Amino acid sequence: MKIRALLAAALAAISFSVAFPASAQQPIKIGMSMPQTGALAGGGQAALVALRMWVEDINAKGGLLGRKVEFIAYDDQTNPANVPGIYTKLLEVDKVDLLIAPYGTVPTAAIMPMVKQRGLLLMGNFSFQVNRTVQHDMWFNNAPWNNAASWFDGYIATGKKLGATTIAFLAADQEFAQNLANGARELAKQAGLKTVYDQNYPPTTTDFSSLIRAIRQANADLVFVASYPNDSVAIIRSVNEIGVGSNVKLFGGGMVGLQFTPNMVNLGSLLNGVINYNTYVPGMNYPGIEDYFARYAKKAAEAKVDPLGYYITPYNYAIGQMLEQAINATKSLDHKRLADYLRKNEMKTIVGPIRYGPDGEWANPRVVQAQFRGVADKDTEQWKKPGRQVVISPDSVKTGEIVAPFEKARK
Amino acid sequence: MFSLDLLFEALLFGVLLGCFYAAVSIGLSVSFGLLDVPHVAHPAIMVLGSYGTWIIAGKLGWDPLLAGAVLMIPFFLLGVAIYRFYYEVFEKRGTDAGVRGLAFFFGLAFIIEVGLILAFGVDQRSVEAAYIGKSFQVGEYRIPMRMVVAFAVALILTFSLSFYLSKTFTGRAIKAVAQDEPALRLMGANPVRIKQWAFGIATGVSALAGAMLIIISPVEPAIDRLYIGRTFCVVVLAGLGSMTGTLAAGLILGIVESIVLMLFGASWAPAVAFSLLLIVLGIRPQGLFGR
Repeated sequence: MKIRALLAAALAAISFSVAFPASAQQPIKIGMSMPQTGALAGGGQAALVALRMWVEDINAKGGLLGRKVEFIAYDDQTNPANVPGIYTKLLEVDKVDLLIAPYGTVPTAAIMPMVKQRGLLLMGNFSFQVNRTVQHDMWFNNAPWNNAASWFDGYIATGKKLGATTIAFLAADQEFAQNLANGARELAKQAGLKTVYDQNYPPTTTDFSSLIRAIRQANADLVFVASYPNDSVAIIRSVNEIGVGSNVKLFGGGMVGLQFTPNMVNLGSLLNGVINYNTYVPGMNYPGIEDYFARYAKKAAEAKVDPLGYYITPYNYAIGQMLEQAINATKSLDHKRLADYLRKNEMKTIVGPIRYGPDGEWANPRVVQAQFRGVADKDTEQWKKPGRQVVISPDSVKTGEIVAPFEKARK
Repeated sequence: MFSLDLLFEALLFGVLLGCFYAAVSIGLSVSFGLLDVPHVAHPAIMVLGSYGTWIIAGKLGWDPLLAGAVLMIPFFLLGVAIYRFYYEVFEKRGTDAGVRGLAFFFGLAFIIEVGLILAFGVDQRSVEAAYIGKSFQVGEYRIPMRMVVAFAVALILTFSLSFYLSKTFTGRAIKAVAQDEPALRLMGANPVRIKQWAFGIATGVSALAGAMLIIISPVEPAIDRLYIGRTFCVVVLAGLGSMTGTLAAGLILGIVESIVLMLFGASWAPAVAFSLLLIVLGIRPQGLFGR
């Protein structure tokens, strides 16, 4: 009798929970792969801290649409071969509601066909022109650039003001560097610059002595480099070992990795004179950004990653803010409706207002070209003050004039 | 773009690089050249030596070359153990087991690579030393100091091993076992113990080669794949069993790679070693100085 009663109660409980599933309490899952090891790890680990900070902030406010946000991130090792498998797992096994792209062009390129084929919204993460050929209409990049001109115009204009007539190109043989270098080559031609040296190198290259020697021999006025973090560091070391010649006016331009604090601290004075792209340097004013960096610094210290997080982390926090605005406005997780909202509206973020063009890149780019000056060795604190990275272009945020030639600026 | 100045610099750099390739291949010259062991795991063991150097140089602050030299002893013992296993399981069972032995060494290479990834991750590792990052100014040319250091160590290593193999009793026994194993048995020497000793030396030398590798440039676990082609090219081009031949072949590879890089671009450099290997196997399979 007692057993029957217990059994009946158990059955009732089970059927009750089946009849009223707790779907309203199911978290909203956001998934991505992030390079936490490998070439882009310096930026990837820092970006993860920012995204987790946003998830904490949003859950503290009650989540989205009354549901908590759950964040799932796997390590793709900066290896594009790992990315499609990870995103398949996110979609089929983890059953995520929303996707964020991995940091970087090279890992992201691997899943563009998949998201286009399946009609999925993908929030881009600091990739360069990765949507150019795929033309996916539900792609929104968080990076403050659009095409090669947004990176290269400032570099060219500065070079021309110094009287440059010749240019040398050095680019890694991978999606990011080739996208950038191809755009830059076109623009250089249009600007009337003569290309005296143009080399692509295998992405696994670790010794650049021969290439730097050849560049020195070419005697160019400008040297434009498009490289990934490991190569960028090796190239800077090689330039300091061998030199590029006294004729070179500008060196750098498109070197990823020289914005990661550990690299900046390790290279130290070797960076002096190099002009390079950046997204944020101390002194640039966005409402709320100081407070953000203060909170980020605490979390970064716990996670033992990039302590300053200037380059990429606020833009990853902005991905979260954009999703938040779109979801709250449309009251939906439907990818088409979210994409529509992101396309038509201006987003308010920690890095200022963001408005998208038809290709999913920023309508108004905000890349700066800055020259490293007065950098001392092994000093993290110096990077917190304005002045170590002198903004040369654009004029609206300029903080100083270029020092040329490059060999003079290095001293 | 092409100029005599650049050509001369490419030659100079090629000589330095070539000596480094010779030093990296000399262990394989002993294990594959003399002992006929299909040791495709040789570059992987060298990378293991690089990581050992990185740990010792990092934790104890030692010079990387000193760290590499100290590692030669444990690596010697490792080499003895690997050869013993290979002999008992594969070589003892006849020549058709040679192909399975090849699979064993490929497996060993992968295990080492994956083990390094699990232990250290895929990030690049490098060491610091007074001679890394500086260069010598010789007239118009600036030569990276780290290349000169590797060049010097490579020369010392090659000539020491050459001297050992031709002037000492065990060294001559190693050469004898490569030429005629039954005859050596008749002389009362145990060929298996000799081969074990030789393999141990080859592996010990790889530890120092690993130290040179991490001095030349940063290493990561998968870098051994870049060196399989180069080391086998050098050993086959030299002619199996010739130490000074290894130096000459290394120089040839270094110079050809440097010139190809200058003339045709960096993208072709990895193809040079395999192309040379194919040419040598087609035209003169016994190599330049082969037995």
